[in-house]
Amino acid sequence: MGTEMDEKTTIAKRVARELRDGNLVNLGIGLPTLVANYLPVGVQVFLQSENGVVGMAPLGIPGAAAAALTDAGGSPTGIIPGAAAFDSVTSFCLIRGGHLDVTVLGGLQVDEQGQLANWMVPGKMVPGMGGAMDLVSGAKRVIVAMTHTAKGKPKILKRCNLPLTSVRRVDLVVTELAVIRPTDAGLVLEEVAEGVTVDQVIAATEATLIVPETVSTMKLAA
Amino acid sequence: MSKVTTIEEAVARIPDGASLMIGGFMGVGSPHALIDELIRQGRRDLTIIANDTARPGVDIGKLIAAGAVKRLVASHIGLNPETQKRMIDGDIEVELIPQGTLAERIRAGGSGIGGVLLSTGVGTTVAEGKQTVEVDGETFLLEKPLKADFALVNAWRADEYGNLSYELTARNFNPVMAMAAGTVLAEAEEIVPVGVIPPDQVETVSVCVDCVVARRN
Repeated sequence: MGTEMDEKTTIAKRVARELRDGNLVNLGIGLPTLVANYLPVGVQVFLQSENGVVGMAPLGIPGAAAAALTDAGGSPTGIIPGAAAFDSVTSFCLIRGGHLDVTVLGGLQVDEQGQLANWMVPGKMVPGMGGAMDLVSGAKRVIVAMTHTAKGKPKILKRCNLPLTSVRRVDLVVTELAVIRPTDAGLVLEEVAEGVTVDQVIAATEATLIVPETVSTMKLAA
Repeated sequence: MSKVTTIEEAVARIPDGASLMIGGFMGVGSPHALIDELIRQGRRDLTIIANDTARPGVDIGKLIAAGAVKRLVASHIGLNPETQKRMIDGDIEVELIPQGTLAERIRAGGSGIGGVLLSTGVGTTVAEGKQTVEVDGETFLLEKPLKADFALVNAWRADEYGNLSYELTARNFNPVMAMAAGTVLAEAEEIVPVGVIPPDQVETVSVCVDCVVARRN
């Protein structure tokens, strides 16, 4: 199932196909930031960084830079022509107010109800939720981009045992093995990665998966 | 009418034990010189309200390292292991708040709003102990206003009256914090004569600002 880098690239390339021309998109720190590097031809999105900018340049693409221009991780970034800068209040009005089309976030756990836990491990890691709770509660679509397992242990569980980020059901879960859609009926296995069988996905998942008659092969952006 | 003062005089107004809102996002747009002066003057037992504590030894991270902070209200401390360690050791009391909720609570504090209704955090640990309100079938948390004794903000340009304008992502929490504190100290990259900042570019109105200091380079 490849190296860690292959896994992340696979996930980013699959998520990239979910974005539509003109979307306002917020990409979480880490793996999700890779998504912008694989946008299909003809698709231009506006990237938001919650510290106060819309029109951030994708990672590795040189935009206009300045000392007072950083991403949500505090690293220098660039902007494209047509970008806008604003304060934190406005930034979260965009997020909560129905203006943000898609957020792509990493995950620690997702469960059968489609609920996400991604902000703390009690007693071990207490980074704080930052903007994650606002993003999951407020975005029109929430896509979780994460590796299917952590140190061999499933991350897609019957019930999250870490504190939830939101009670909202996420819209899609993309891993290096599969694409899973949380629904009223449960988690539907929609796609498997090339060379991966349905049984392999089930074995790597603690939650019950609903397997339709046909499960297609994951198509990746170029 | 000029509110321009020295950094030493501005910080001397802050007593031990005060509550301070400090602008900035991972150190970008933080009032660096005011933070350094707080440490030089040995201020203790501070309550800090800020988005984050930057990284160890950087900006607000310096106040953490100096042991100047008793209580912290923030949305994210993940990039500062020292803050996490002091929290786990019980040296600093930390309240973590979703970033958008932090912004709205400060906005309410500075604008005479008795509270805000937000769906962020409903059904999570953030909701513990909070009143919920149903509006047209949707559940919200009642989030209360947040104020502080002082706000320490960073601006790109200030004029002598205290009008402020900001630059790019160095803006972040600075404008809203400048509305929500009893005394507002503004550090500017550049101090210009009154009239130089066009009225349309003033984002913090001078009447909210008490002291203007020039950043040391």
